[in-house]
Amino acid sequence: MAVTKSGLAIPAIEAERKGKHETYTREHPWLVRFTHWLNAISLLVMTASGLQIFMAFPSFGDKIPQKDLVHVPAVLGLGGWLGGALQWHYSFAFLFTATGLAYVLYLSLSGHWRQVILQPKELRGIWPMVRHYFFFQPKPPQLEPYNPLQKLAYTSAILLGIGAVLTGIALSKPVQFSWFVQLLGGFGFVRVFHFVAMAGFLAFIPGHLLMVALHGWNNFYSMIIGWKRSPDYLAD
Amino acid sequence: MSESLRRLLFSQGKKIMKTDNLHLDQRGLRRIQRREWLKMLPLAALGAIAVPSVNEKLIKRGLALSDRASETFFRRQQLAPTFSDREVTAFDKFPINSYSTYDAEADLANWKLIVEGMVARPGEYTLEQIKALPKQVQNVKHICIEGWNVIGNFGGARLADFLQLVGADPQARFVEFTCLDDYFTSYDIASCQHPQTLLCYEMYGQPLTKEHGAPLRIHTPIKLGYKSAKHLFTLRVSNVLSRETGFWEDQGYSWYGGI
Repeated sequence: MAVTKSGLAIPAIEAERKGKHETYTREHPWLVRFTHWLNAISLLVMTASGLQIFMAFPSFGDKIPQKDLVHVPAVLGLGGWLGGALQWHYSFAFLFTATGLAYVLYLSLSGHWRQVILQPKELRGIWPMVRHYFFFQPKPPQLEPYNPLQKLAYTSAILLGIGAVLTGIALSKPVQFSWFVQLLGGFGFVRVFHFVAMAGFLAFIPGHLLMVALHGWNNFYSMIIGWKRSPDYLAD
Repeated sequence: MSESLRRLLFSQGKKIMKTDNLHLDQRGLRRIQRREWLKMLPLAALGAIAVPSVNEKLIKRGLALSDRASETFFRRQQLAPTFSDREVTAFDKFPINSYSTYDAEADLANWKLIVEGMVARPGEYTLEQIKALPKQVQNVKHICIEGWNVIGNFGGARLADFLQLVGADPQARFVEFTCLDDYFTSYDIASCQHPQTLLCYEMYGQPLTKEHGAPLRIHTPIKLGYKSAKHLFTLRVSNVLSRETGFWEDQGYSWYGGI
């Protein structure tokens, strides 16, 4: 067990590798890694089939007269037509929800949430990271696996997931859950919010992928095997 | 897994200050990495999703599961919201998604609803007999599977009342409808008993126009639009669903279609 500069406990092992002494920290428990990749697949399916569903009526306004908001290229869709897309969407909604529940439950029950969820005292750390990434200022010291901006992104992604599931349930069962639809401002708004949740993921994913690409193999590999070699955030 | 490693892994994120790291040689490290790879292996099974014959079956089952869940959690006393006359969509802005350009007029003069199956009084029922049942007028949302919705004004007899009139068997599970234009669909009996499911003969206070399903259609706010079949021809109460459950349903839309 090692301790990060911020005082977080993290499992660690010392190991010989190519004649060199290295410290490995287990950043990602198995459940986190497993649900991460499951979720990557569901998100891909949910987004593509969702876009295909949207193609059937690409508007948030009236049917008569219909004003299309965007033209979604057919190649981005999944399912071939509305019926097929709905089969994908409703099937993977189960996987997406189950994966999310397992992950959120694990986070809440284990101490792992401290590593992922942005805490009020870390809010101050967001701006220096923004300055580093967007205005090329020096990088603030890495105190633990995720920096505050990263924690903000991951916390937002969890909230987006919860939002996507809840608006999805409201959208598919607006009569059974009419109180909830009313709370959100009506069926039309629920549809907008469901779309906004997807847009949120579409904003998150490219940034996430870019960061993964920039931070190299050791970082990426840790999402498969869980262990990261010689991280820079351990307390001396 | 060694006991010390196990203890180590279950204390992640806890606030402790003790550091006593496990020491491994290169082989020990490889063993741990190999084990972590193996634990991720079940994900490879998901590759099967990419095979069309597999995913076609899978997603149909998924939708069927969703249908079953919807049916299980359906609450008959849960009413769809109703709206004031002011909120009703103008009649000319109520979309017409007709199955065909079928012209009902030729059949209208001698029209009767044919009732079959598990009923005490099968036979042909006239529009007058249906109109003699208590009339219900409601402003409700009509939601299309495509995503648009309108608020319409619908008048007719409760399907539940009609099922009582024809003496539907309480053991029956389904009601199947066929239409003059060859459209067809089928319902679970619970949705037919819902107080807002109508045998609808009026929209906006006028007899149904041919575009909206003259002389008689189903209309219910508790299911998606394609379940509200127009130009009713036969109504069959049954215990087993036909192999063909509906025009759109057979092509892949949800059979239950309940919202």
